[in-house]
Amino acid sequence: MNVPVMADMMAQGKQPEILFWVGAAGSYDDKAKKISRAFVKILHQAKVDFAVLGTEESSTGDAAKRAGNEFLFQMQAMMNIEVLNAYEVKKIVTCDPHSFNTLKNEYPSLGGKYEVYHHTQFIQNLIAEGRLEINNTTFKGKRLTFHDPCYLGRANDVYESPRDLIKRLGVNLTEMKRHKSTALCCGAGGAQMFKDAEAGDKEVNVLRTEDAIETKPQIIATGCPYCKTMMTDGVTFKEKNDQIVVKDIVELIAEANQL
Amino acid sequence: MQYIPNILFAIALAAGIGFFAMNIRKLSRNINLGKDVDRKDRKSERFKNMMMIALGQSKMVKRPLSGFLHVVVYVGFIIINLEVLEIIIDGLFGTHRIFQGVLGDTFYGFLIATFEILAVLVLVAVILFWTRRNVADIKRFLSNEMKGWPKKDGNLILYFEIVLMSLFLTMNATDVPFQQAGIGNPISQFIAPLFDSFSPEALHTIERTAWWIHILGILVFLNYLYYSKHLHILLAFPNTYFANLNPKGQFNNLDSVTQEVKLMMDPSADPYAAPVEGAENEVPEKFGASDVTDLNWVQLLNAYTCTECGRCTSSCPANLTGKKLSPRKIMMDTRDRLEEVGRNIDTNKGEFKDDGKQLLNDYITPEELWACTSCNACVEECPVNIDPLSIIMDMRRYLVMEQSAAPQELNMMMTNIENNGAPWQYNQQDRLNWVNED
Repeated sequence: MNVPVMADMMAQGKQPEILFWVGAAGSYDDKAKKISRAFVKILHQAKVDFAVLGTEESSTGDAAKRAGNEFLFQMQAMMNIEVLNAYEVKKIVTCDPHSFNTLKNEYPSLGGKYEVYHHTQFIQNLIAEGRLEINNTTFKGKRLTFHDPCYLGRANDVYESPRDLIKRLGVNLTEMKRHKSTALCCGAGGAQMFKDAEAGDKEVNVLRTEDAIETKPQIIATGCPYCKTMMTDGVTFKEKNDQIVVKDIVELIAEANQL
Repeated sequence: MQYIPNILFAIALAAGIGFFAMNIRKLSRNINLGKDVDRKDRKSERFKNMMMIALGQSKMVKRPLSGFLHVVVYVGFIIINLEVLEIIIDGLFGTHRIFQGVLGDTFYGFLIATFEILAVLVLVAVILFWTRRNVADIKRFLSNEMKGWPKKDGNLILYFEIVLMSLFLTMNATDVPFQQAGIGNPISQFIAPLFDSFSPEALHTIERTAWWIHILGILVFLNYLYYSKHLHILLAFPNTYFANLNPKGQFNNLDSVTQEVKLMMDPSADPYAAPVEGAENEVPEKFGASDVTDLNWVQLLNAYTCTECGRCTSSCPANLTGKKLSPRKIMMDTRDRLEEVGRNIDTNKGEFKDDGKQLLNDYITPEELWACTSCNACVEECPVNIDPLSIIMDMRRYLVMEQSAAPQELNMMMTNIENNGAPWQYNQQDRLNWVNED
């Protein structure tokens, strides 16, 4: 798979249209790596001139900030900003709503001012510009429900971009009772991904998976690597692996377009 | 002697308003114990929010039933209070229904008729509210933090409203000339027959008594506000005005940290530099919050505004899955501690004396703080834009940066970020391996 790296581009004197911020999950987590690869396939299909930072990319510091470690967050942020500014990056796209949120909202006052897109917004733009089409036959009539990532939805009021793409897949979208601004968290946010939950009577991801199962879906779509992990684990816990798949929207688009 | 009622009324009014003003001063002093935060920008956006959310109740009706009932009580409260103006003038000058002459029978009748109908609607809504709180099995009214005073407080407010509305209708029903005039009595005309057997003198006494208890009740209620969760009827307005306007996902970047990080990353900074003259005695700013005085004034205003409806808690993923965290309790604890600090200042002649307590641990435990997913459901739900999440985050910051008291797994996650730029233990040089793993 051809993924241009910023340093090489620079060496050749080229400036890509957009930087793809892969994020730690997209780089290392098995389920999330599939999202990264699917997105790259789409970028190639739409002939987008992009690059990644590769080994020069480091954690945005988001998880540290939500855990309360403002020091570590700002150190990470300033390091990343130095790299990004050195490459004169103007536009960033990412598949991770947590990176999206912190790059878009929390980096500017530290000196990192970029146009930041979530991959669903970016793909929506590609379609609007006529650079990409979504095949609506592969998933035609499949029952799908969409889980809103908190850091895309409530945190940044992006509810329609993912839904617009879902409609183009030709699926039968059934909303959960809690959706859009009232969507329930998958349980991973606020650095919960990296620790055990406090004592309680249920795991959050199980409760959210139950919300999804009520819609009798064949596909649970998400737009966040952490949500994907939590919902997949929830489906496994509910022993529904043979009936329900959990996928990121870009994975579905890549599949629909047979990439 | 004939002026005695007028004088008594003036005294009661002055005492009621004076005592209230005194408490408002205390309230404002307590809120100002918070740190500064700039909310003077984007005035038109703020004003619009206040108009839509506080005055227009736009977020209340997201839950249709309780929202609708609330609007009834709210509209009733505002409109019926126009009547209080007449009562005050009548009381001070010994007049009776002064507006009747000023506004003319038709318009006055229309006004009072509106008040009477609203009074009945309020009564019905309040009884339904009482049923929801005490009979219906609604989880958010049965949480732990609602046991004891908060439950009693909620009910007391409802009783107040029942009594005030009943007195208003009784007062109209026993006002013989008013009933005889037959204007503006669509409800009280059906109550009047209950008093048929009373003599005119007795009726007059009942009418006067109802009138007096009604206005005294309003003054008592006004002063009850400060001691109850009911302050929201006033503070919802400033609270929505000064609320955060940035995207909910944007957490503030601590300036004190920025300075230190910049110094750390500056290759020309001298780590052994002597402190600036006179700076030796400066106490470095505390990172995060362990007590109410570490919070900002908007967070403290939030605490006083909270009316404990529990919509936040009923949408909190941690609370829904049985964890101890309840965003409503975060707000109630913040207010309780702030009141305690305020009383401490009052008894120690304007200066806070260390009482060995703080918001952290004595009110809010780390277990609650660590259960938060930062999902913003509580912030989204609050009908008056209270932000419990910002308090949780400030307290986490204190735990991590001042006490190094993060859960062990989070310490490992943070060590990984420091060492290899990812929350997991992978080598940064492997960051691009995903490209070739199809």
